[in-house]
Amino acid sequence: MSDRPGSGADALWAAGSPGLGAPEGTEWETVIGLEVHAELLTRTKLFSSSPNAFGGEPNTHIDPVCLGLPGTLPVLNRHAVELAVRVGLALGAEVRPSIFARKNYFYPDMPKDYQISQYDRPINVGGRLELPSGKVVRIERAHLEEDTGKTTHMGGAGRIDGAAYSLVDYNRAGVPLLEIVSRPDMRSAAEAREFVAELRATLVAVGASDGKMEEGSLRVDANVSVRPAGVSRLGTRCEIKNVNSLRSLGRALEHEARRQIELLTSGEAVAQQTRHWDEDEGRTTALRSKEEATDYRYFPEPDLVPLAPEGAWVEQIRAELPLLPRQRRRRLADATDEAPARVSLIVERGQDDLALEAVEAGAPAAAVLKHLEQNLAGGTGALTAAGLAELLAMEESAELTSNQVKDVLADMARTGQAPAAVARRLGFEAVGAGELAVLVDRMIAEHPEEWRRLCSGEGRERKKMQGFFTGQVMRATKGQADGRRVAALLAERAGS
Amino acid sequence: MTSAGPAAAIAAAVRRGERSAVEAVEESLAAIAAGEELGAFNTVTAESALQRAHRIDRAVAAGEDPGCLAGVPVAVKDNICTRGVPTTCSSRILEGWRPPYDATVIRRLNAAGGIVVGKTNMDEFAMGSSTENSAFGPTRNPCDPARVPGGSSGGSAAAVAAGMSPLALGSDTGGSIRQPAALCGVVGMKPTYGRVSRYGLVAFASSLDQIGPIAATVADAALLYSAVAGHDPLDSTSIPEEVGDLSDALAGEAAGLRVGIVAELSGEDIDGDVSARVTAAAQSLASAGAEVGEVSVPAAVFGLSAYFLIAPAEASSNLARYDGVRYGLRVPAATAADMNAATRTAGFGAEVKRRIMLGTFALSAGYYDAYYGKAQKVRTLVLEDFAAAYERFDVLIAPTSPTVAFGFGERTADPLAMYLSDVCTVASNLAGHPAVSVPFGSGAGGLPVGVQVMAPALGEAAMFRAAAALERAMADRRRAGSASP
Repeated sequence: MSDRPGSGADALWAAGSPGLGAPEGTEWETVIGLEVHAELLTRTKLFSSSPNAFGGEPNTHIDPVCLGLPGTLPVLNRHAVELAVRVGLALGAEVRPSIFARKNYFYPDMPKDYQISQYDRPINVGGRLELPSGKVVRIERAHLEEDTGKTTHMGGAGRIDGAAYSLVDYNRAGVPLLEIVSRPDMRSAAEAREFVAELRATLVAVGASDGKMEEGSLRVDANVSVRPAGVSRLGTRCEIKNVNSLRSLGRALEHEARRQIELLTSGEAVAQQTRHWDEDEGRTTALRSKEEATDYRYFPEPDLVPLAPEGAWVEQIRAELPLLPRQRRRRLADATDEAPARVSLIVERGQDDLALEAVEAGAPAAAVLKHLEQNLAGGTGALTAAGLAELLAMEESAELTSNQVKDVLADMARTGQAPAAVARRLGFEAVGAGELAVLVDRMIAEHPEEWRRLCSGEGRERKKMQGFFTGQVMRATKGQADGRRVAALLAERAGS
Repeated sequence: MTSAGPAAAIAAAVRRGERSAVEAVEESLAAIAAGEELGAFNTVTAESALQRAHRIDRAVAAGEDPGCLAGVPVAVKDNICTRGVPTTCSSRILEGWRPPYDATVIRRLNAAGGIVVGKTNMDEFAMGSSTENSAFGPTRNPCDPARVPGGSSGGSAAAVAAGMSPLALGSDTGGSIRQPAALCGVVGMKPTYGRVSRYGLVAFASSLDQIGPIAATVADAALLYSAVAGHDPLDSTSIPEEVGDLSDALAGEAAGLRVGIVAELSGEDIDGDVSARVTAAAQSLASAGAEVGEVSVPAAVFGLSAYFLIAPAEASSNLARYDGVRYGLRVPAATAADMNAATRTAGFGAEVKRRIMLGTFALSAGYYDAYYGKAQKVRTLVLEDFAAAYERFDVLIAPTSPTVAFGFGERTADPLAMYLSDVCTVASNLAGHPAVSVPFGSGAGGLPVGVQVMAPALGEAAMFRAAAALERAMADRRRAGSASP
């Protein structure tokens, strides 16, 4: 669709052509597609037996195969395939018979100087990811490949230019990766962030990845282009590398879109490039251009046989899939009569099971959501659904003030004790209903003039006197009485 | 039954305690030393071989059975990884590298009581047909030291032919076991692709490479083959099927065997003296009761072009890892890319460079379909041609090499002439089929001629049966010849 010529706006818009400029006040649309590399949570590497574990002394998680020593051969890790299939199914992709290919290029941290990847026949084809906002991003493919080692440049400020020498650590070489490629369906940095967050949650939910961007177990490359709003043809894109967090992804995309818009506005062209995000400088710099692109000379990996996951196995994996974030949002939304987007924070924090249970136990849904969102950002800890439901009942019957509920909740998350016990320990022993009534009656008897003014008063005068009596009761109970119940008692006594 | 070969004889004697493994190894080491000028070995593992021999003798003395290769010295091509022992592929680029692991075939050889006596010379990275492409100098043909032993497993073939070891392992990507076996007058066999684990074989062309035995007799070749063959979980292309017992096949009963002579490999491309031996072989099989006929297998010839695209393409990728970073030669330079280029420039010989460039080109964007893609289609045609032939015949016979052993330098100036040495053998590699070269008399200059027996995938039994029949026919003729006045 994006290549379809013809619309009026398209005719005026020559993507990437220099010199045309763009009229003042042009509205620009950013188009983003993402490539996400997720390290799969297997015990061993994709093609050999050494451990797949982050860190470790350099070159300790290695073996002859992952070092690509002469004569060694890869043997595919079944668990990695299972995790790839899980992700594929979670994304609604078609799990297909696939073949591995060799991607040939020289790099010191790639032991064989080729990467075993999947090329024209990936394991997962198609799919979609529904974001909390309701936006749907299409998935192009999700394929298996092996990770490379890591090169550290010594001297010369740690950059390859000017480095005195380089050290290579092959611990990561051969770690299984799933490369998930989206269609260019995102239209803003915020949407891209939302996509990565949702994808990460999905990967974590199915047990495929630990989702740690800062440890590099989830890495994002972004393809960005801009075009005048209303134009269907895509502009010339740049690929942004080295974004190591959701925050830097957002920053990098915003910067890059701005850079491209500035170029086009001033009549220059966007060159198709791979660009490096510099977190400290807050800008992207060119790494290589399309002309310098490597010819990877892909060909089918002759050391591996075609991969054809059995249908029965795939169905078993499908049956064992846990609920996905999208499904959990829907479930909680239905139970609480809210929109899915409204409950996404609770699902993201993994507090939805607790919320559902508490609602099922009779707790008011709105209060459950409110407390989880506002008062349990640090986690629910030892809090149980039953305890939460009990506490909310105490709040509803005004046995505890809302400030007390907050404190009790925090304590329950820490200790796991029942709310009544916590309240007692914290000295929040609510003033019992009978006791409160006696107290109110005593205050009325002790202050007949004020009571008369309350009963006969209107508006402000009445409010003022209500405040007076409430204050008296509060003083007498050292603040342990529930203001709303005092007000109710006063109203009852006044016969209104 | 064909005569049990010298390897079987040693194993039998050692197992019975009639002969010591140490003695067998010492004899082998003495022969290796005496034939040093042949250049058959890159490394002789005398010390470890003697240690192993002692262990085997102690085991026999303790009443244990060390296995079917008990005490048999085995020469191993220098592209098969041996733990702690240099494995050079006869290349400068692997200088100083000692593998930290044994190839699966070495583990199986050891488990069967076999003893590695050394690593044999070869064309660099198995690229060549004369062993002249070795960085350590050529190997000479024991039948005529002025001639090449063939290649690339020239060292292994020469070692067996010169009696330095009764058995040797070679590797065959396009004929590299069979052709030197033919030129040296010994038996050389390439198994069905996937029969023998490639784990530990330094890759040349992964989809074509197979390790196989070289021996003085068909039975000895089968003995070594049986010891090392079988499924290996470390090689994903390894075949799960059982290897099976070959003793019936080795009886060499030709009666009822349907033998096809490959028409395309009997024409002008083949020297007359060689063709004559193939005809003689067909006649002796016929007189032993086989049904012999001619069959057209066009792919047997045009496979050569496909081979010289597929093999270099895979090689260009397989040999990328020799970059100076992790092992072997490193020529220092200012940047990693420069170091890489300098190392490869200094470390690889001319033929290896030629094939890397050929293969890189064949895989390049814009050329892939025309070269590598097309070659893979030809490979499918080769399979179809063979399948048609095997509907009518159990085995096919053809020359192994179009000529007898040639002189040093005769073909080095013209790579294409050298490539033609493989014309009779590459089709089996493209098809993944088993094939064996059996000595069948001599041609010009009294030099040995090998007759090749080919069979369909997993058809080793039929292949060995025909090979044993040929060997027996040859022995009968020899006996008849010496008995007659």
